[in-house]
Amino acid sequence: MNLALRDVRHNLFRFVLTCLGLGLLMTVVLAMMGIYNGLVADALNIVKAPQADIWVVEAQTQGPFAEASAIPGATRDAVARLHGVAQAGSLTYQTVEAPFRDRTLRLYVIGYERGRPGGPQQIAQGRGLEAGHFELVADIKTGLVPGDTLVLGRKRFTVVGLVRDTMNSGGDPAVYITLADAQVLQTQLAPPAARVQAARGATAPAGPTVAAVIARLDPNVDPQTVAQTVRQWKHLSALTQAEQEDILVRSVVDKARKQIGLFLGILLTVSAVVIALIIYTMTMEKLKQIATLKLIGAPDRTIVGLIVQQSLALGVAGLGLGLVLILLVKDVFPRRVLLEPVNVVALTGIILVVCVLASGLGVRAALRVDPATALGS
Amino acid sequence: MADDRRRVLVEVQGVAKHYGTGDARVDALRNADLKVHAGEVVALLGPSGSGKTTLLNIIGCIIDPSEGRVSLDGERVFDNRWLRHDLRRLRLDKIGFIFQAHNLLPFLNATDNVALVLQLAGKSREQAQARAHELLEYLEVGHRARAMPALLSGGEAQRVAIARALANSPRIILADEPTAALDSTRAGIVIDLLRRLAAEQDACIIAVTHDDKILDRFDRRFFLRDGRLVPNSADAG
Repeated sequence: MNLALRDVRHNLFRFVLTCLGLGLLMTVVLAMMGIYNGLVADALNIVKAPQADIWVVEAQTQGPFAEASAIPGATRDAVARLHGVAQAGSLTYQTVEAPFRDRTLRLYVIGYERGRPGGPQQIAQGRGLEAGHFELVADIKTGLVPGDTLVLGRKRFTVVGLVRDTMNSGGDPAVYITLADAQVLQTQLAPPAARVQAARGATAPAGPTVAAVIARLDPNVDPQTVAQTVRQWKHLSALTQAEQEDILVRSVVDKARKQIGLFLGILLTVSAVVIALIIYTMTMEKLKQIATLKLIGAPDRTIVGLIVQQSLALGVAGLGLGLVLILLVKDVFPRRVLLEPVNVVALTGIILVVCVLASGLGVRAALRVDPATALGS
Repeated sequence: MADDRRRVLVEVQGVAKHYGTGDARVDALRNADLKVHAGEVVALLGPSGSGKTTLLNIIGCIIDPSEGRVSLDGERVFDNRWLRHDLRRLRLDKIGFIFQAHNLLPFLNATDNVALVLQLAGKSREQAQARAHELLEYLEVGHRARAMPALLSGGEAQRVAIARALANSPRIILADEPTAALDSTRAGIVIDLLRRLAAEQDACIIAVTHDDKILDRFDRRFFLRDGRLVPNSADAG
């Protein structure tokens, strides 16, 4: 006879209510884990998207994701001619705010050369850029759909395709446009500002600049060797893909990552305390019944089983409910909530350990109960 | 009336129980002697704090005496050979408890409350259920076999509790104010029932009670005053 199961069935409403509370707590824990993963994944995704081996950037800078980088547009040709480089492409990155219908979209604009590395990896809906101008491919989180138009700078662009999970470390969804359009967007001034500049006799820039040039290498070519060659050009610096990713995680999203990590730690501690408290209270309320069980001759393992099994049932049900809830609502979050199976396994392990430890407090109290208390006189 | 030729099920000799030491020492029970035979129904009487429950707890192997000897069904207990789990097993096999407030487990129905004791003693689920039904029928609460304790009347709950106490056919039944929650008519019925059980199952029943209305239904009555056990002079034993 499973006493834990019988007790749960007898107090089903209360058990379900407790599970619901615990489930909501687990939802928050899982959401925080997902946000933590999403932050890192989003940051890395934008770096990984071009599938580059080498990033050529302005000398003494950490690349376009950490700080401003501007190198001559002609750099791509020089890089492409290096020994071991299979493909090279120029990229620009900038953040713009664009009016769209009754709201303003904050967009991370990526300019790339069609047919060269740096464009969108996989089109989720619609198509990639085909025209030389005024087309864009947007991340699905922008809320844009193929056929929509919006004004960037002084030009109207048409959305032709959508991609997923492409945003910068700040969470701004990306849009891809051609490099030529991006360079115009970077330098084009509003008409009054252009007139003032012309009146002051300001000269046009020597030539278009790009934020970075990326290179894909031939098989078996060491990226460090190519990077070292590039570094010999004093006005340029080169980072391997691994270095670029490391910079992003270590410096750009580091504080946010630590902040969320710390909050996650606090949340897990609070969850552990709450679970312990619930289980301890559940046990305390059953002390008279436990005393009766002891008096009629129930062995300790029956009493321990009653407490531990209920504790584990509570933990597993709460976690399961939390998992279902987070899977239902994760797409509502403005930023990506990325849950990996390893997170769920880790949290399951943590919750099971917490439940066993928490039930240990209850078991200790239960085993200390004097069976004489059941007599009650 | 007790018959010394019958088997002695409970024997208490010179038992004392005290708590604390020195000036703080409290003597809950002093030099108590008691013999209860098979088939006897014995009452322990006395004011609150007189030591009734202490004596019941010692006979029930819940607390150990500070001094003296206790034998249950011919077996001496508390002689340093007994471990805690041995005493638990002894309680399970030889002693049945009936409580003042029935103390049925609220999450088990009437049958399962009785069957639990049998399963703890090693009976299979089927055997336990069959014996539980048999006992509930015997105590005339078979029609409430599936009812949860919260839905039973006071009398029904006490009968289920008695069925639980009898489940393993114990030789010794200890009752702590078994009629306290019942009116005088039902209290009389319960004591008569216990008398019948004692006679039919060759068991002894020791009941703590305050209930004057049922005193004449016991074979013998013992009074406890300030921890001392005094037999009622009117009783032959």
